[in-house]
Amino acid sequence: MPQSQTNILKIENVEKIFEIKVSSFKSKNLYALNKITLDVERGKTVSVVGESGCGKTTLGKVVSGLYQAEKGTIAFHDQDIAHKKPQQRGHLQKDIQMIFQDPYSSLNPRKKVKDILEQPLKIHTNLNREERMEAIEKTCADVGIDLGYLSRYPHQFSGGQRQRIAIARAIILNPDLVIADEPISALDVSIQAQVLNLMMDLQEKLNLTYLFITHDISVVKHLSDYVAVMYLGEIVEYGTKEQIFSNPQHPYTKMLFLAVPDIDNPVLSEKVLETGEIPSPIDLPDGCYFAGRCPLKDADCEKEHPPLLDKGDQYKVRCIKV
Amino acid sequence: MSEMLRVENLKTYFDTRKGLVKAVDGISFSINKGEILGIVGESGAGKSITGFSLINLIDSPGEIVDGSILFNDRELTQLSEDELSKIRGGDISMIFQDPQMSLNPVITIGKQLIETVTYHNSETSKQDAHKKAVEMLELVGMPAPEKRMASYPHQLSGGMKQRVVIAMALINSPKLLIADEPTTALDVTIQAQILFLMKKLTKEFGSSLVLITHDIAVVAQMCDKIAVMYAGRIVEYGSNKDILYNPKHPYTKGLIQCLPKLNEEKKRLYQIPGVMPSLLHLPEGCYFSDRCPFADEECKVYPETITLEGRLVSCHKVKQIS
Repeated sequence: MPQSQTNILKIENVEKIFEIKVSSFKSKNLYALNKITLDVERGKTVSVVGESGCGKTTLGKVVSGLYQAEKGTIAFHDQDIAHKKPQQRGHLQKDIQMIFQDPYSSLNPRKKVKDILEQPLKIHTNLNREERMEAIEKTCADVGIDLGYLSRYPHQFSGGQRQRIAIARAIILNPDLVIADEPISALDVSIQAQVLNLMMDLQEKLNLTYLFITHDISVVKHLSDYVAVMYLGEIVEYGTKEQIFSNPQHPYTKMLFLAVPDIDNPVLSEKVLETGEIPSPIDLPDGCYFAGRCPLKDADCEKEHPPLLDKGDQYKVRCIKV
Repeated sequence: MSEMLRVENLKTYFDTRKGLVKAVDGISFSINKGEILGIVGESGAGKSITGFSLINLIDSPGEIVDGSILFNDRELTQLSEDELSKIRGGDISMIFQDPQMSLNPVITIGKQLIETVTYHNSETSKQDAHKKAVEMLELVGMPAPEKRMASYPHQLSGGMKQRVVIAMALINSPKLLIADEPTTALDVTIQAQILFLMKKLTKEFGSSLVLITHDIAVVAQMCDKIAVMYAGRIVEYGSNKDILYNPKHPYTKGLIQCLPKLNEEKKRLYQIPGVMPSLLHLPEGCYFSDRCPFADEECKVYPETITLEGRLVSCHKVKQIS
């Protein structure tokens, strides 16, 4: 099969630059996304992980159209959407839907659940009232919302239920791609499992493709097919879940994994003290961005910025020391 | 080991317009010198209110209505506000979740640290207090501590601010430290550093730590003893090993089972059905009964707390389950 049929989304060399004012007359560029290249295969889950400030949320927003990229291309259904605003994307926009982190602010408090779910149908489809109700009822059955709740307002629901409503709104148009930006991190532990299970069930049932953005490594391990690790606007390591978890190569990925608390291996190693902090994304060094925190660093690392090396078998890593 | 804190039958109620909210309803626990106790539970379980109650930071309409808090042979519930404020920040200090909120934004961190020292030790000179503050900053891993003394909170990153808060909490060598979700707002690598420091300093100073968190994996790394709270009550209380690796209460079991584990992959996660009930509408009998797979007629009465295999547990069905 040719590439374009299995890959639903092809992100190539995408850059997103924010201008930051440093004084009244001077501003500097912040590279929130720096030459991101990433393919997303139909029906799979690609997870983007990294710490705050690594650009993972910006990536989701660029793909969904909330931001426009400065450079690069995003091929979706054979069209480049990287520079298009949602209004310019036309029917393509309905095929990319988003689930946000905080179900308290992502649902309009003045609208009933029925109206929240009906609005995307009104905007993107020609269905009449009965057909819209049919679609709403079907989606509610899929995500487990009681039909009696349709006339309630968001504040009458718990966090987990609200996230269900947000998921229902995202899938009601049968999108090809769902971008989920930290969809469970605002929820309680016992509710997180419910929402994760729901998302995995829906993926199977509706053949959804997920771009899953999160900082939670154990969740990534649980549901991903592919994992991209980001650091300061760049992908530093990319591969299948097995490649990344059984044999992480990049020193940053190793550092992240070491820091994740694990109930089955509850050791706090003194090594974590050497991990340092993410530097400011303004005025990045010429060499490797990670060099300042890297245990393997030597003089070569500061000379040139390392490229993302393709090691074959879909595995890529950005480090000259591996 | 000598006992540092003993809490007996503590009750903190909030008399709201909608009814009496029993946020903390008759809990008991104790901590020895050098010990770390973890209080885990989901939002609304009453774990933060427990922490606030220990130093009586309960605002109206809340009130400690019953119970005793014995700290170093002093009954804290009987103390006046003046006596309490001598203890707060002195013998007992507290770390809150959001470091941004616990630092004064218009005063340098150096001044805030010095003030903490001189308030509790009026004979200490400014110079000595300054020296002590720099030492503390160094101890918590602040780079260039002398220079940082002149910084304002907004000039520091989240991780650095939390280090300042910890330095401030430890500067008077407290006998008891209460940490309420101290790392929830931080990235994993920073979380690991802060937790490592807190554990090391607790053991070094021979003080005691109450760690309040929703993250069971963090508790696994940190704590000697664990209390699991649900709807204002402790449902299971015992040693780290017993609670995490041989849990008896169905809620504890569920909480641990529903975590995505790093070293195993299941297609579906275990999920606890439903949500924690509102404290205004608690189910009859056992508060967990409406979500519990083992509940029956017997559970219509709140279960007695029994000792089973070295831990305290409140459930009618434990013997049957195990």
